[in-house]
Amino acid sequence: MPKSKIYDDIPGTIVFDSDKAASGYFLNQFCISLRLQENRDAYTADREAYIDKFPMSPEQREAALNQEWNRLLELGGNIYYTSKLGAYHGINFQELAGLMTNMGSTAYRAMMVAGGRGIEGNRYKSEWQDKD
Amino acid sequence: MARITSGVACSHVPALGVASDQGLTNDDYYGPIFKGFEYSRDWIAKEKPDVIFLVYNDHCTAFDARVIPTFALGCAAEYTPADEGWGPRPVPVVKGHQALSAHIAQSLILDSFDLTIINEMEVDHGLTVPLTMMFDRPDEWPCPVVPLAVNVVQYPAPLGSRCYALGKSIRKAIESFPEDLKVCVFGTGGMSHQLQHERAGLINAKWDEEFMNLLVNDPETGSQKEHIEYLREAGSEGIELVMWYVMRGALNENVEEMHRFYHVPASNTAVGHLILENR
Repeated sequence: MPKSKIYDDIPGTIVFDSDKAASGYFLNQFCISLRLQENRDAYTADREAYIDKFPMSPEQREAALNQEWNRLLELGGNIYYTSKLGAYHGINFQELAGLMTNMGSTAYRAMMVAGGRGIEGNRYKSEWQDKD
Repeated sequence: MARITSGVACSHVPALGVASDQGLTNDDYYGPIFKGFEYSRDWIAKEKPDVIFLVYNDHCTAFDARVIPTFALGCAAEYTPADEGWGPRPVPVVKGHQALSAHIAQSLILDSFDLTIINEMEVDHGLTVPLTMMFDRPDEWPCPVVPLAVNVVQYPAPLGSRCYALGKSIRKAIESFPEDLKVCVFGTGGMSHQLQHERAGLINAKWDEEFMNLLVNDPETGSQKEHIEYLREAGSEGIELVMWYVMRGALNENVEEMHRFYHVPASNTAVGHLILENR
């Protein structure tokens, strides 16, 4: 595997590749298990006991329990999986995006209605360097 | 013999399924989107395909991280709408066409496309939302569906050029099926969108327009687009658009664009839609 990948140079973006998939496997399998009601009930009954059935890293476990949405992606989570954890907490895709962008739901929704986040200034990491 | 007469490209935003299921298709937010499909519903009622070959992606529903087939052909008698975490969508069970599926599977593999065969599979919004957009809310879907699931969740998705070549092979397969069937091919997903991390909400309307122009008029060139362009310009989830090239490959070189619709936003996504007829 090359050390740097061409798709690493996109700001605010984690490409879910084979390396991420390998490191995030149990985290993602935990998240997707919440697609089913019986597993959601088991997670509600005892979150720590349920999540410990999935041998993920302590960092992943903490990020999942604390609902750290960007951290989950950085640690190998994939949005289609982490969104199931979001749904468990009553957070839909658009609300999740409001959280991941640190904009909040209202401002994020308004941005989308106005045509979304433009591409200019959002292609390369260097373009985000001066961003606060 | 079976023949392909037309193609449909259509986004599959899950919120559109929710809007249809909850009767929100006339509100200020969703109304303009469903209006953009009025032509399409009339068109497909007249086109009356006998079978839909539907290219879509599963969102870790039938295939979670355990098994990730790049191309998986449904060969079942029927496909049940899945519970994606909010209960299954209240839409009809999708009937398959087993004889055609079996024929296509055999033909594709002998034509060097080594795909995965799926004999039991639930289907998620990736497959059912395009049916909803085209057919509204019938008691039964009007025709059987042969589903082809494409991995676009874990990088790398298949190349656009490979999807285009697969479309050509699917065409050969369908045209060698002895029954007299009229087939419409759906390519679904897209358009530009990013659901994740700090760049979520990316929309690139100009890129989307150029993508559709190339897809319709110069697919040989358009299918050569590299993954990095999709990821950077159309967002990390915009790479779903490679699936439109499977549909395009199954059509004639010359097509007539009967209808185009584009709208921003549906939830986090740009909605794109095309109807193409073979010429």
